[in-house]
Amino acid sequence: MNQPAQPAPDASTAAASPAARGGAVTPPPVDWNRRHLLDLERLSAAEITALLDTAQWMKDATGGCRNKLSLLSGMTCANLFFENSTRTRNSFSLAARRLGADTVEFSSGGSSVAKGETFVDTAKTIEAMGVDWVVTRHSTPGTPHLLARELRCRVLNAGDGAHEHPTQGLLDMLTIRQHRGRIEGLTVALVGDIAHSRTARSNLWGLRKLGAHVIVCGPATLVSPRWEELGIEVAHDLDAILDRCDVLNLLRIQFERQSTPSFPSIHEYALRYAMNGRRMRRSKPDILIMAPGPINRGVEITPEVADGPQSVILDQVTNGIAVRMAALWLLAQGTGEET
Amino acid sequence: MEAVLIEGGRIVDPASGVDRSGRILLEAGVVRALDPSDGAIPPECRRIDASGCIVAPGLVDLATELREPGREEDEQIASGVAAAVAGGYTSILCASNTDPPIDSPGTVELVRQKAAVADLARVHVIACVSKGRQGEVMAELGLLSEAGAVAFSDSPRPLPNNALLRRALEYCRMFDRPILDRPGVPELSIGGVMHEGQVSLVLGLSGLPTEAEDLAVARDVRLAEATGGRLHVGPVSTMGAIDMLRRVKSRGVRVTASACPHNLTLSDQALRSFDARFKVHPPLRSERHIETLREAIADGTIDAVQSGHMPRADEKKMNDLDLSPFGQSSLETSLAVVITEMLRPGIIDWPTLIRRMSTTPAEIAGIDAGTLRIGAPADLIVIDPEAEWTVDEASFHSHCRSSPLVGHTLHGRVTHAIVGGRVRYESGVLSAEC
Repeated sequence: MNQPAQPAPDASTAAASPAARGGAVTPPPVDWNRRHLLDLERLSAAEITALLDTAQWMKDATGGCRNKLSLLSGMTCANLFFENSTRTRNSFSLAARRLGADTVEFSSGGSSVAKGETFVDTAKTIEAMGVDWVVTRHSTPGTPHLLARELRCRVLNAGDGAHEHPTQGLLDMLTIRQHRGRIEGLTVALVGDIAHSRTARSNLWGLRKLGAHVIVCGPATLVSPRWEELGIEVAHDLDAILDRCDVLNLLRIQFERQSTPSFPSIHEYALRYAMNGRRMRRSKPDILIMAPGPINRGVEITPEVADGPQSVILDQVTNGIAVRMAALWLLAQGTGEET
Repeated sequence: MEAVLIEGGRIVDPASGVDRSGRILLEAGVVRALDPSDGAIPPECRRIDASGCIVAPGLVDLATELREPGREEDEQIASGVAAAVAGGYTSILCASNTDPPIDSPGTVELVRQKAAVADLARVHVIACVSKGRQGEVMAELGLLSEAGAVAFSDSPRPLPNNALLRRALEYCRMFDRPILDRPGVPELSIGGVMHEGQVSLVLGLSGLPTEAEDLAVARDVRLAEATGGRLHVGPVSTMGAIDMLRRVKSRGVRVTASACPHNLTLSDQALRSFDARFKVHPPLRSERHIETLREAIADGTIDAVQSGHMPRADEKKMNDLDLSPFGQSSLETSLAVVITEMLRPGIIDWPTLIRRMSTTPAEIAGIDAGTLRIGAPADLIVIDPEAEWTVDEASFHSHCRSSPLVGHTLHGRVTHAIVGGRVRYESGVLSAEC
């Protein structure tokens, strides 16, 4: 039988959380000077580690992201979502409120965007209301980068098309680090719709910078051989790589981003790529099963795996708040100019 | 009409085999004499000192989008021809993608009249191949020819209907007019915003694969060979397209091709900025395509360089990469890009540059331009090849300020543009203000 995933000893312990006991403590200083979090490709290993260390501090200081700090009271965070989202939006809102900041919500449905306003004008309008951060999600790659050039406030990318979703990449890495104590030397497979996945891109940059071996695995129509030019291992047969993997990150098929079908049927996809009990028994006993969600049971993952002992999917959700608290905090400290 | 004597420059006219220092006399709208004797020069003649400069036939653009009627927010005929002469183009072919499209003799006439009023560059009209530019039913190519259309194209839309292209090529043989196809396979390019390659993979942007262009060129040249019709493919931008053209041209197939200056200088790496200024068509491709394209222009596989002027209003370009249209203002930078990227590094010489940008485009279009032979229309330009300047969109005469080259330093600039013997542009100033 598989071993249950063991939380690392430093997770959620009161010893590391003086703030949770009421002390006016701030996170320890780290190597960070940016005002925007746009993608992980441009970050150094030191900057990623700074975010992860600060996120771990946030989680510990709030008793697992349940308690409130007042590190950023008086500041305001705007959620500017041009694409549907429930979990990421709520996670950012909670993160801001856990730090004592106010939040303002904006979504494209029924807003000025529907009346023909460009997203930059919409963002400028929100900024003029006096916000300190704009958290943005949009279906087009690069939109956070445009906002960072146009706005004076800090910009966080909460997902730009198929490009990046940096806080998702960070929370995945934080989850791995909590369970394994490290990233370096691990083999992590990203499985599924790599072509359309911003989660895959953020993960693969972040993981590589921290020394993991990354495999992208999925149908040949969704996993380009060009990834090999960038030093990423490409695989199309999940069964052939399973016994080498320390972590599997199971990505959703993004039907909404495909102009022509990339594989014959969900039936065929599930038989070839779904993580199921049979494949679990052929994996390393301590393999970590992750999924950015929303998960499609029966497509990329079966219920016995999603709900099984190696699944850390719900840890990922909690860590999402910690990572977003860390990002909001560090950007508030940053003074550097983005290029 | 005043006479003009241009002296002290290097006269480059590939059509008549001239490449030497000399003086040239223009009179009554035509080239009167090369190296006239002093006695043959009228005393009241205007003299232009072209010392250190190149004197060449004015450039000819195989497709310039002027957008009027119907899309005046992007460009107007008056602003487009102003940009043309400022960029050294004395003759342009107006693309058919107006609204309504140029698919009727009345619209051909409207464009010609407005261009006559603007009175800067000469404007020839490209009419649609298909009614409504819808790519299905042939437009009235015979009546359009009679109305003055010099070529047919649905560009920037490709011609995906094989039967239509085959029929049009056959039918056009009666009028000796070329069909210009911008090669593309729409179903391979759905949603694409940039060259498909490693950069698009990393950025998560939808790609325009090279094979969409390669396949269309393969089909185009085969249909040209089969029908004997006059076909021009362009702009092309891929190694595969060039390979195909090289092979069929060596067999003697009657087909010509063109490329755009922006594809000779910038690569798809520019899209890393996510700036819609770089959303141009053909898309900025990777280095090896750029290199192959330069070689193909040098060896003549690519017959002509066309501006790729595709003006779009600021409010359309000021958008994200999905919503922004393809487009750029390029009439005023094309010559300098070719000088900077091709001539100064020694890939081509002056006669080849003038051939690709003037002589051959005029031949393809079948218009009386592109030469300084005695008696030819006095359409010529003076180029200061050493002038160094930085592209500043505020100085553009075009309505469209979006250029992927803003901020770039280029070499070579037009000092004079003369159309029909009259100076229409001089050192940054248009004729009305001269």
